[in-house]
Amino acid sequence: MASVTLSDVGKIYPGGVEAVKSIDLEIADGSLCVLVGPSGCGKSTLLRMVAGLETVTGGTVSIDGAPVNDREPAERDIAMVFQNYALYPHMSVYDNMAYGLRNRGTAKPEIDRKVREAARLLAIEPMLQRKPRQLSGGQRQRVAMGRAIVRDPKVFLFDEPLSNLDAKLRVQMRIELKRLQQRLGTTSIYVTHDQLEAMTLADLLVVMNGGEIEQIGTAMEVYERPQTTFVASFIGSPPMNLVPAAVADGVLRLTDSAAQVTLPADRRGLSGAVIVGVRPEDLRIDGGSETGGAETLAFPVTVTGVEPIGAESLLHSQTESGADVTVRLPGYAVHAAGAAMTLAAPAGKLHLFSADTGRRL
Amino acid sequence: MQDKRVSFKGLWLPAALLAPQLAITAVFFLWPASQAIYQSVLRQDAFGLSVKFVGLENFADLIVDPSYLNSVKVTLVFSAATTVLAMGLALLFAVAADRVLRGATVYKTLVIWPYAVAPVLAGVLWWLMFNPTIGVLAYALSYLGMDWNHLLSGSHAMTLIVVAAAWKQISYNFVFFIAGLQSIPRSMLEAGAIDGAGPVKRFFTITLPLLSPTTFFLIVVNLVYAFFDTFGIVHATTTGGPGQATNILVYKVYSDGFIGLNLGSSAAQSVILMVFVMVLTVIQFRYIERRVHY
Repeated sequence: MASVTLSDVGKIYPGGVEAVKSIDLEIADGSLCVLVGPSGCGKSTLLRMVAGLETVTGGTVSIDGAPVNDREPAERDIAMVFQNYALYPHMSVYDNMAYGLRNRGTAKPEIDRKVREAARLLAIEPMLQRKPRQLSGGQRQRVAMGRAIVRDPKVFLFDEPLSNLDAKLRVQMRIELKRLQQRLGTTSIYVTHDQLEAMTLADLLVVMNGGEIEQIGTAMEVYERPQTTFVASFIGSPPMNLVPAAVADGVLRLTDSAAQVTLPADRRGLSGAVIVGVRPEDLRIDGGSETGGAETLAFPVTVTGVEPIGAESLLHSQTESGADVTVRLPGYAVHAAGAAMTLAAPAGKLHLFSADTGRRL
Repeated sequence: MQDKRVSFKGLWLPAALLAPQLAITAVFFLWPASQAIYQSVLRQDAFGLSVKFVGLENFADLIVDPSYLNSVKVTLVFSAATTVLAMGLALLFAVAADRVLRGATVYKTLVIWPYAVAPVLAGVLWWLMFNPTIGVLAYALSYLGMDWNHLLSGSHAMTLIVVAAAWKQISYNFVFFIAGLQSIPRSMLEAGAIDGAGPVKRFFTITLPLLSPTTFFLIVVNLVYAFFDTFGIVHATTTGGPGQATNILVYKVYSDGFIGLNLGSSAAQSVILMVFVMVLTVIQFRYIERRVHY
């Protein structure tokens, strides 16, 4: 059990590439922190710095209050699950799990007890004598988990552990992993590029981009109040619609459009160019009775296509200014491409971002 | 696995396509091999005027001949030493090269170069360096208090041919070892580091077992090399001496047959060597290619 603290942590590679820029992050004891972001955002590098597999070129990484910058990976009391599992192919499942304990000089009966306990927890007991190549993807994943938990480390580190599994197994393992983490209560850092995985697992969600943290919060905080246009477009599937607009005298008007809406009282002070964001589920097709203005933003669009995905359909369209807008419609909706329609969103559901900085206003 | 076989309708085209290879095999292997077997059961007089059939007598003579048994011993020592030295150093260099990021290509090229040197030249090169009168290495050794003379000392001569033979073979082993090392996923060694294994322990418990298919393959190749391809080195440096100290089997075949003109015995020796290389090949295909994987 331990907390993990990153203060002003940075990584500059020998070639001069700055992969991680001055990260400050506090991960509470026993919580599961998910680092999410697109490829190359520095999330894996950050994880590997906590593991000790990459040198820290700036700032301090602390585990349980003690700086670990100069400690070898083995001395940090962490365990890591790799994307490709990194199981030792020449060792049996049992030996894979016992390897770390043996290296630490644990007594044989103790090793046996711990390995069998972990195997029971993960339901891989019948496979202990097999070699990794005789296992399926999901079973290998469990063995990798087993190798991590058997040592009872202070911190678990997960580097995209589910991305090599097929979609169905991924969902199942995601649920199991969350349950296991809660049961063991071990502080965990989990790296993924999959925002759905991030949302469902995280106690603390950290959205990263370009080596920096865009936003830290619980999954719902991040979803409901994205702090930047990047977070707005990264979290949520389909992502939040972003449409350019301008505010003057408390009235928001979409660029190249007559559509406008009066902003709620607390937002009237704004002015200038903005980006207005609206979630696909907050939009509906306007029947024509409402014309917008007071409480609702109604704007004309041209339909570009419809994707039925079972319980709902995704309507893709384009505004007059050329911005793409997706609407989540219940059931099976049929709309011809090229059709004109009006979309409406309540003023209270609009997110406003600065057009210059992309920050939430 | 995809079936990559091509079906031919007639017999002529496939036969014609195979003919060049079959012809080469027949002329340079089957014919000499059958000649060797034929000669091995004959005995000629010293002037080549009469020939008589002696059955397996040539073989029976060999296994009680002290000079032949000495040659077997010399060959075993030589091939074991050469294999260990060539593979050990190659592995060391490969591990070092695997860690190098900058200039790795130059380093690899330099290590691979000696492979292009003919065995005779490799022998002459080291013979010159170890030459008791003018050699740089012999001169350097004299500073260490060693009176180097491979013309007089059997163990010095053996060292010389082992060094020359291993030096040439390091390149070959290096290429295979480095390819083997690079196919080991980095994350596996990182997992080892997190699991508390230091660099040395990681090398012996993870890297080396994962290299085992490469290692076994190279052992066979190196043994075959030391048994057969080192003729040039011995011929150019020690010619089997001093005494019989470096008279390896393949050199003895030559010296008994072409210098001693004992064709029957020489042929019998080459038949024994042929059987040995066949056994090695069988081991390689039967056991190693199939069983050594993890």
